[in-house]
Amino acid sequence: MILAARDIRFAYRGRPVLAGASLALAPGELVCLLGCNGAGKSTLLRIMLGLQRPAQGVVTLDGQPLAARDRRQLAQLIAYVPQVHVAPFPYTVQQVALMGRLPATGILKAPGAGDLACVRRLLEHMGIAHLAGRAYTEVSGGERQLALIVRALAQEARLLVMDEPLAGLDYGNQVRLLDRLEGLAAEGYGVLMTTHDPNQPLSGCQRVALLSEGRIAADGPAGEVLTPDAIHHLYGVRVALMRGADGRGIAFRPLARECRP
Amino acid sequence: MNEASPPSSALTAALPHIHLRWVVAPLLALAATLIALSIGRYPVPAWETLHFLLAAAGLAPMEPDRYALLHNLIVEIRLPRVLAAILVGASLSVSGAAYQALFRNPLVSPGLLGVLAGASAGAALGILLDGNWLLVQTGAFALGLAAVGIAVGIAHAFGGGSIIMLILGGILSGALFASLLTMVKYVADPYSQLPAIVYWLMGSLGQATTGDIAWAAAPMLAGIVLLCLMGRALDALSMGDDEARALGVPVTAVRLVTIAAATLISAMTVSIAGMIGWIGLIVPHIARLLVGPGNALLLPASASLGAAFLLFADGLARNLFTTELPIGIVTELLGIPVFLIVLRRVRRGWT
Repeated sequence: MILAARDIRFAYRGRPVLAGASLALAPGELVCLLGCNGAGKSTLLRIMLGLQRPAQGVVTLDGQPLAARDRRQLAQLIAYVPQVHVAPFPYTVQQVALMGRLPATGILKAPGAGDLACVRRLLEHMGIAHLAGRAYTEVSGGERQLALIVRALAQEARLLVMDEPLAGLDYGNQVRLLDRLEGLAAEGYGVLMTTHDPNQPLSGCQRVALLSEGRIAADGPAGEVLTPDAIHHLYGVRVALMRGADGRGIAFRPLARECRP
Repeated sequence: MNEASPPSSALTAALPHIHLRWVVAPLLALAATLIALSIGRYPVPAWETLHFLLAAAGLAPMEPDRYALLHNLIVEIRLPRVLAAILVGASLSVSGAAYQALFRNPLVSPGLLGVLAGASAGAALGILLDGNWLLVQTGAFALGLAAVGIAVGIAHAFGGGSIIMLILGGILSGALFASLLTMVKYVADPYSQLPAIVYWLMGSLGQATTGDIAWAAAPMLAGIVLLCLMGRALDALSMGDDEARALGVPVTAVRLVTIAAATLISAMTVSIAGMIGWIGLIVPHIARLLVGPGNALLLPASASLGAAFLLFADGLARNLFTTELPIGIVTELLGIPVFLIVLRRVRRGWT
C-alpha cells in the first residue's frame, strides 16, 4: 500500500505554497519531512490525508485517487496524529484512544468488548496502560502524544501521518518517542512526520525529504540528503556536519556565530 | 489501574462504575415526575399517584369516584404542565450539551446562535400584532429558526462555516433580534401589550395546554433522540474538524444535524414556555460530573437531568409563594449557586 502525492500545487490566498511537490510513503519506512516555517509542510500533510483539496495534482493510495474513496474506509488505511493539543473536555486517555475505533464501528454504534480489548492492548503496547483512566487534559505532553498515537493505531491503519510529533516534548520524551516511532516502522507501519530539528533524523531516520520553495528538493537516506549545503539552502544558515569515529554524521553545528564580549 | 490517579471529581469517585452511574439521571427524572404529579394546591401522597397510574394502566383496581377525582387532578390539570417541564427541560439541556461539544467550549448555551433571541422577538411580535396564542407560538418558532439561519448564513458567507465565524454570526444575529424585540416593546401599548410581552418572556409552564404538548411532543422527542445519537461523533468533533474527518466522521453532516435539531427543539421550548435561561448551560455540567465527558452517555444524562431540574424548579415556582413565580426567574436564581458549585469541581479539566 503506497500513499503518493504527485505534482501537488496549492496556493493560500493567492500566495503559492506548494508548486509541484511529490512525496510517497510506503509501509515499513519512517520519513521525516523538513522545511522552514511556512514552507507548507502541514499543508502537504493535510493534502496527503485528504483533508485539503490541492489546486492541482493528485494524491493516490494504491494508485486510486483519495477523493474517490469513502472517508470512513480511508480512516482505516491512513491515520492522522495531530500536534499535541488540549481537549476542551477532560476525556480519559482510554476515551480518546477509543475514538480510534470510530472508523470500524461507525458513529452510531457503541464500542464493543472487542474494541475495548483492542485499545487496551495498544495502550499496553505504547506503555501508557496505567494512564487509561486519567483525564487526557491532565497527563503530560509526551503522554498525550502517545495517547493520540494509540488512537491512530486503533484505527488499524498501516500508514500514520504525524504533524510535528516531537514539538513541545522535553528531550527525554523526544528520544523515547522517536524510539517508539522507529519501532512502529520496524513493525511494518509507514510513518510520515514533520520535524524542525535536522539533527534528529541523522541518528536513525530511514528517509528524509526536504520541502523548499514548494517542491521536494531532495528525498533519500538521511546521510545523503542532509548535507551542510542542503541545510543552508533550506534554512539560510551555514552549518558544519560533525562526524563520529565511524565517519557518520552525528550533528550539525552552526558556523559564523561570533561571540561578542 | 493506577489507584493514585486523581478522579475528575469527588462525586465521580464516590460512585464507582460509569455503567451504573448513568442510571442515576433517569431515576431522578422519574422520581421528580412522580413528585410533580403529586404536589400542589391539593396534595396527593406519592404512593396514591403511583396507585392511580397503575389503575390507569389497568394493572390495579381503584374506586371509580376516587379514580375520577384523581384523573381530573393528575391527568387534566397537572400532566400537561409536567410534560411541558420534561420536554422543555430535556430539550434545553441536551441542546446545551450538544452545543458545548460542537463549539468546543463548556461555557456555551443553546442560545449561542441566536435562537432564543429570535424566538423572543417572534413571540413579542405575535403579541403586538394580534395576541392570538397560535400567532405568538408560530412567531416564536419562525423567528427562532430565522435567527439561527442568519447566524449560519453569516458564518458560511464570510468564514467558510468555521467555529469562530459561527459564534460571531450568532452574536450578530442575536443582537439583531434583541434590537427587534426592543423595537416591538417600544411601540407596544404600555398598558396591555407591554406587560403581556414582559410576563411572557419571563417564562411559564402554566400556559401549555394539552393541545400544545400534543403537537410539540413528537418533534421534540425526535430532536432529543437524534441529538443523543450524535454522542460519539460529537466526541470526535470536539477534538477538532481535521481529526474528526481523519477518524472517518462526516463532519459537515454531523454539524448540520446537530445545529438543526438543537435549534428546532430550543425554538419549540420558547413557543411552549417562553424564555427559560441557564438550564442549558448548567445541566450539562452537572451531568458531566455524574457520567464523565463522553457524549454518548452525557447527552441522555443531560436530557434526564434537565427534565428533573425543570420539574424541581417548577415545583418551587408553584409552591414557594401563594402566587406563582415566573419559571425563568426560578431557574436563574437556582442556576447561579448551582453553577458556582459545579464550577469549583469542573474547573480543573478546563485548562
